[in-house]
Amino acid sequence: MLSYILKRLAQGILTVWFIATATFFAMHNVPGDPLTNDRAMTDITRANLEAKYGLDQPITTQYLIFLRNLSRGDFGISFVQENREVNDIIREHFPVSAILGVLAVIFAATGGVLFGALTALYRNRFPDYLIMFLVIMGISVPSFVVAALSQLSLVTFNNLIGFTVLPVAGWGTILHMLVPALVLGLSTMAYLTRLMRSSMLEVTSSDYVRTAKSKGVPATRIFTRHQLRNAILPVVTVLGPAIAAITTGGFVVELVFAIPGLGRYFVEAVQQLDYTVIMGTTVFYGAFLVFMVIIVDVVYGLIDPRVRMET
Amino acid sequence: MSELSASSFAPIEAHQQTQVISRPSLSYWQDAWIRLKANKRALVSLYIVIGLLLFTIAGPLVWQVDPAIQDIEQISQPPGTDRGATIVPDYEPWFSTQGLPGSGLRLAEPANSQTVRMQWDALPGANGHRVYRNLFPVGSELAYGIPLAEFLNNDTLYFEDRLDLQPGRFYYSVVALDARGQITDQYQSLTVDLERVTTLQEALERGLIDTADNIQIGDEIELAWHPLGTDYLGRDLLARLMAGARVSLFIGIGAPFLFVLFGVVYGSAAGFMGGRADQLMMRFADFVVALPFLLFMILFKIAFGIGPGESGVFPMLVAMVVLLWPATARLVRGQILQIREQGYISASQLLGANTSYLIMRHMIPNTLGVVLVTVTFAIPSAIFTEAFLSFIGMGVAPPTPSWGSMSNEGIKTMLTTPHELFFPALFISFTVLAFNLLGDGLRDALDARMRNVE
Repeated sequence: MLSYILKRLAQGILTVWFIATATFFAMHNVPGDPLTNDRAMTDITRANLEAKYGLDQPITTQYLIFLRNLSRGDFGISFVQENREVNDIIREHFPVSAILGVLAVIFAATGGVLFGALTALYRNRFPDYLIMFLVIMGISVPSFVVAALSQLSLVTFNNLIGFTVLPVAGWGTILHMLVPALVLGLSTMAYLTRLMRSSMLEVTSSDYVRTAKSKGVPATRIFTRHQLRNAILPVVTVLGPAIAAITTGGFVVELVFAIPGLGRYFVEAVQQLDYTVIMGTTVFYGAFLVFMVIIVDVVYGLIDPRVRMET
Repeated sequence: MSELSASSFAPIEAHQQTQVISRPSLSYWQDAWIRLKANKRALVSLYIVIGLLLFTIAGPLVWQVDPAIQDIEQISQPPGTDRGATIVPDYEPWFSTQGLPGSGLRLAEPANSQTVRMQWDALPGANGHRVYRNLFPVGSELAYGIPLAEFLNNDTLYFEDRLDLQPGRFYYSVVALDARGQITDQYQSLTVDLERVTTLQEALERGLIDTADNIQIGDEIELAWHPLGTDYLGRDLLARLMAGARVSLFIGIGAPFLFVLFGVVYGSAAGFMGGRADQLMMRFADFVVALPFLLFMILFKIAFGIGPGESGVFPMLVAMVVLLWPATARLVRGQILQIREQGYISASQLLGANTSYLIMRHMIPNTLGVVLVTVTFAIPSAIFTEAFLSFIGMGVAPPTPSWGSMSNEGIKTMLTTPHELFFPALFISFTVLAFNLLGDGLRDALDARMRNVE
């Protein structure tokens, strides 16, 4: 197990290096640069600024410096907000996105498993049709429409009640987080429900369930011990990519609900061509996702030993 | 026990055929088509997809309205609004010097969408006045709306509003100002209903009337028809949806097609070569998979840069192909590795088949079903990605319409004119839904292992 974890970690570090390299060269192909943004400046000022940020060095040197700083976990200083470290920006805004993402994943996973199991239990009856209809809706309606509509209905609801039950936008308390997290997790929930349903149906027709039934094991016990435990395995596998989809999908929700998360910050940095912030956030997100997937894989390896043998 | 006779030992009649094939033999694709036809949801989705393609390709031939032309008289009009407009004389500046009959805030002449002219008497204790306009009544919270003009003495007691006038109801207020120019709680309010008007010249320019029609001032004419209404710049929504469909479906279908094609070539090459080359190629694919997709879509898009007058469709297409091929490559490699070990391949080899025959006859047809399913499922996610990027302002550049950018514009006026968001969002949802259900149907029909699983 330990060698498996070490191997995955080494792969992860290599992947992060690849992400960093791709980001670096993509950024250096961007037309225009952050120094020509607003003020006109003399050649000398410009040369001084370029020297300050190391932009006068050849690109290979810049790349090496970038990698060296990266290995120390230093993403540099923002171009637009002078003297502000990228690490500071990440430290300040990432927790917001992370909390939102974790809540969304919890919503998506519990909802997906619950609804998926329900549809399989009530196969081809009313609950099944209702949930599958909602699932199809959840997959087909774009997240920004869901976000806008939920915000709109929240406003109407608050107006109807007469006081603010759940705030419409902003950040701070747990009440601010509920609706955005639900919206963020919705499409993943729909996807997981479908997955859970098919995996439940597969398990239901398996030999060990039939054996358990013929042995006279109570239905609830079969459901919890045999069906649910086995059917949940494929859901766990896709949780890694699901976390990735949710954290990056946070852009829209953060924009619509005015949440000060890293996603919104990234969009702003892109609009202002803030090199270091863009590179820092991308590499940070990439590394985060890579290690998330590794953690999920390791957990999966603990649940299902067959996986470890394959890789 | 029955008697045995000689006849009992007579040989029974020999059958020429022991087995009869009762049904005609079906090829893989015939079988798949029958299965797809039996699936009602998939079939309906297929019709919807065909309808969408017709809408995109043939639609602009039927509805020949330029999606970029602005109809200034009809801005943000929902479908089915009254299109009547009265012809009025050309605009002339207005200065009111003498007092008009009546008292309080009053209209100098009937208000219309060309101009609103009003006059008032000095409010008690006022050192000046400020004029406001609102879409809602002032109410107890003294919500006056947007300030239009400010007069710091009591000489000017009239105002003419020409700012972005739309047919409908407006609430004008005049608020008294104190000596320091601050607003006081003295105000007068007036509810004004604006009539839609246009001038002869404009009606002629827009081709609404003919010179031969002999239209006079005061006559009523009909403005241009917009079946789905107009957007916030007065552009025809139906024409824009058609133009947007071209962009959205071009990316939505083009990108999956290209990256699946690349993935098939890459994956089958890796699968064939095997060994170290396969290991290396797949390791590289793993790296590409690990790139955070949306961040890199945005990065690539800005790295390509969008010049003036470019729509940014092409960079988006390239970025999608660069980032999304590995999933297909993995899938196809797995398929090829599996097929290589199948008995019919060895049998074919034993019968003298060479490599190219094996590839053309066995490998490609046997992966085609899976690949087709992949393409169908990739289309909705590509459409979503385009819509998503355009929504956060990183997609196609205006004025090129796409369903995503139209939703982005529509969401800002969601409360007052919901139709601007509703139609593009509806099109996105329907397209994604149709491709998803079609994908489900194709998977059931083409992929034997997935059958009966749902």
